[in-house]
Amino acid sequence: MGSHGIKDRVAIVGMGCTPFVEAWDKGTDDLLIDAARETFASAGVAKDDVDAFWLGTAQAGMSGMLLSKPLQLENKPVTRVENMCATGSEALRQAAYAVASGAYDVAMAIGVEKVKDGGYQGLNAFPVPGDGTARTLTAAAMFSMVAPAYGRRYGVSDDEMRAVLSHIASKNHYNGARNPRAQFRREIAPEKISAMPKLAGQLGVFDCAGVADGAAAAIVVRAEDAYRYTDKPVFIKALSMVAGNGSGVIDPEYDYTTFWEIAACAEDAYRQAGVADPRAEIAMAEVHDCFTPTELVLMEDLRFADRGTAWKEVLAGAFDLGGRLPVNPDGGLKSFGHPVGASGLRMAFEAWLQLRGEAPPERRIPETGRTLALTHNLGGYPGEMVSFIAILGSGRG
Amino acid sequence: MSTPNRQDPPVRGVLGYGAYLPYRRLDRAAIAPVAGGGGGRGTRTVASFDEDTTTMGVEAARDALRAAPHVRPRSLLFATVAPAYADRTNATAVHAALRLPADVAAIDAAGSVRSAAGLLRLALDGGTSALVVASDLRGGLPGSGDEAAGGDGASALLVGSSDDGPVLAEYLGGASATAEFVDRWRAPGEARSKLWEDKFGEKHYLAAGRQAWTDALKNVGLTADQVDHVAVTGLHARAVAGLGRSLGVRDGVLADGLGATVGVTGAAHPGLLLASELDTLAETGGSAADRIVAVVVLSDGAEVFVFRTTDALEAYTPARPVADQVAGGAPIPYGTFLAWRGMLPVEPPRRPEPARTSSSAAARSAEWKFGFVGSRDRSSGAVHLPPARVSMRGGAVDDMEPVPMADAVGTVKTFTIDRMAYSPSPPVVFAVVDFDRGGRLPIELTDVDADRVRVGDRVEPTFRRVGTADGIHNYFWKARPVRDAAPTRSAQSAREA
Repeated sequence: MGSHGIKDRVAIVGMGCTPFVEAWDKGTDDLLIDAARETFASAGVAKDDVDAFWLGTAQAGMSGMLLSKPLQLENKPVTRVENMCATGSEALRQAAYAVASGAYDVAMAIGVEKVKDGGYQGLNAFPVPGDGTARTLTAAAMFSMVAPAYGRRYGVSDDEMRAVLSHIASKNHYNGARNPRAQFRREIAPEKISAMPKLAGQLGVFDCAGVADGAAAAIVVRAEDAYRYTDKPVFIKALSMVAGNGSGVIDPEYDYTTFWEIAACAEDAYRQAGVADPRAEIAMAEVHDCFTPTELVLMEDLRFADRGTAWKEVLAGAFDLGGRLPVNPDGGLKSFGHPVGASGLRMAFEAWLQLRGEAPPERRIPETGRTLALTHNLGGYPGEMVSFIAILGSGRG
Repeated sequence: MSTPNRQDPPVRGVLGYGAYLPYRRLDRAAIAPVAGGGGGRGTRTVASFDEDTTTMGVEAARDALRAAPHVRPRSLLFATVAPAYADRTNATAVHAALRLPADVAAIDAAGSVRSAAGLLRLALDGGTSALVVASDLRGGLPGSGDEAAGGDGASALLVGSSDDGPVLAEYLGGASATAEFVDRWRAPGEARSKLWEDKFGEKHYLAAGRQAWTDALKNVGLTADQVDHVAVTGLHARAVAGLGRSLGVRDGVLADGLGATVGVTGAAHPGLLLASELDTLAETGGSAADRIVAVVVLSDGAEVFVFRTTDALEAYTPARPVADQVAGGAPIPYGTFLAWRGMLPVEPPRRPEPARTSSSAAARSAEWKFGFVGSRDRSSGAVHLPPARVSMRGGAVDDMEPVPMADAVGTVKTFTIDRMAYSPSPPVVFAVVDFDRGGRLPIELTDVDADRVRVGDRVEPTFRRVGTADGIHNYFWKARPVRDAAPTRSAQSAREA
């Protein structure tokens, strides 16, 4: 029994990603077709060359036919997967494991979400019949409780915390301003972010991820076949997934300064990939910056910073585009918005570009000799969440 | 000696009582500038957006049961003029929140102020113990007399015999005078009552009230000057005042009807005034026994009840005295009051409304949803809110014991103010609460001003209506600040007893 991983057994040989925007003029079908076409072209395959499909969507539709109908797939297995905001990542994980098992030669992971057709700001959970006792708080409010808890525990004043959170948001907007696929492409000064009226707790609108429609996809094949498709494949080093037991919500020992599920997920991912010191080995990370305090805590749960120190490192620029470990070089959820089923694959897409040296010069990460990228994706709330981490690399071994 | 010894036949009366006044107060002076008229002096109580007659009834009933923790009522009788539901019984939600056994009958009497007095009479005359709960929301159109004179609240009287437990106030007897005359009327579902000319009703009420008062005194063998405390209530203010002046009682005997501070809480008011009188006597300690207390209710005639207090009242400490609740409120703007009442349609939050509650899921989780009962893992001691079958610590399966949380007190560990979440009255104030005897629950706070919540605040559970979707009311518990130490003490001693 153990989580053995599939290090270097599967490679990504093609990826695509639509712009993440308020796509008033495109439906779910359009987004899927656009992302799939770009991905097929990237890998140099036709849809008939793909043996099996995993479609991630939280609530854009039901079943594999959400994909098979618009793409007119004939007699292909299509599996719809859902794991809250980690849905796109889950599709990648399933496709990769299917290829690693030997069941299929070529698989596609594709994620999509059509959020803006709901008619509301923000994400809205699909209504599940219940006894009426579940919380109905927004995610912003739940994550807002992290900031004061962190501040109290580590002696960070309210003003310092505000500066930290605004630095995170400003950094991600800086990166997103350099990304043509991002929805928000303007730099925003930290002072402006700090000055916004508060929506939930101490979080203003610029502390929250945007809302967008979008799709992204990847083609995965056996590692030994990868160079038949591209001379720059990206190898899967680790795929880790933890679905929390929700105990943080009801356990008085939980203090809202960490996410237990993510710390455990990181340990598993680093073990699968053979990473001993993430700070020295990871070249860049795409993390789930749904709200600014989330990214702060993630830096510690992912071991990018020691406990209680991430806030100082954020202010020192450690995770800036030119810092020692660039985080969210594509602009993150902050600049892209968060089409739930697509976000995990959008993160992998940035790792794909950066590891292959294809990110445009204005947002390319510094040359360090490190060849690993980490993507992290979560769903849920502090105390009860699902966590996904992938580690991807530009070489085998 | 007022308390019967073992040779005496058992006497019937009030074994416990509770009253509930919502936290908010409307200053009547705020009405006229908006409505163009109406209002007046003083304040009235206002039920919060998350309260209805069912939830207020629960709060009053909890206090009544706290006062007599060993008494097991055989029936729950619920009266209201403003039922949350038609067709189905509203008392069942109260019953569930109180965690009464299934063999305790739960019965509604809905529709008139008199229904509350009627249930009380049935309970006092009947052979078994009963919890009589009355709850009301009073109002009318903006600027109306009913809006200004009304109040919101609930009362609960635990009625039984000395075999059930110590009787605080023995029921000596009373009288009814029933009269058919239409001085006010309202079709079911309408927001306002219409009124006939004032003196017409006054004439009939004074006649019925005098008749019932005379009959009651005769039935119990007392004269008016032997009555120590009398409370008169009804929706007809002139008749109530006029009858009070003509009862023939000594000076100072007529009770404050709480009109200046609370307003008339309709069906709840007779119990509320009786609770207030018993509170006042209990607080005098040594002289609380052997006092004659009468309640006169003017509604479609008159009902009179006459009690004699006992030694047990001398030893009794009210959990939440009416006077403390009257003094403890906080103001609410008239516009918010109108919005809460549906009189002022305001822009709802631009978020999807919550889906309707699943009846089957709610029925499965009734112990949690209504009774607020969690579970404790016997091996690790970990408290699970809501109850769970598998422990979060150690993984034990189906080895949990129930943990009632309704009387637990907790501390705000952290909190947030959610300005985007759907609520009938945004923003939502939400806190992570750690309870003193174990367990944590993220829970909505109510009866608070958002900018005054602090980490470390002490809070206690309160039964509320979270919302309504597709006509199904979603009842669950929220937490409110502990505003006095008495409920904590009482809950603690009840548990230890």
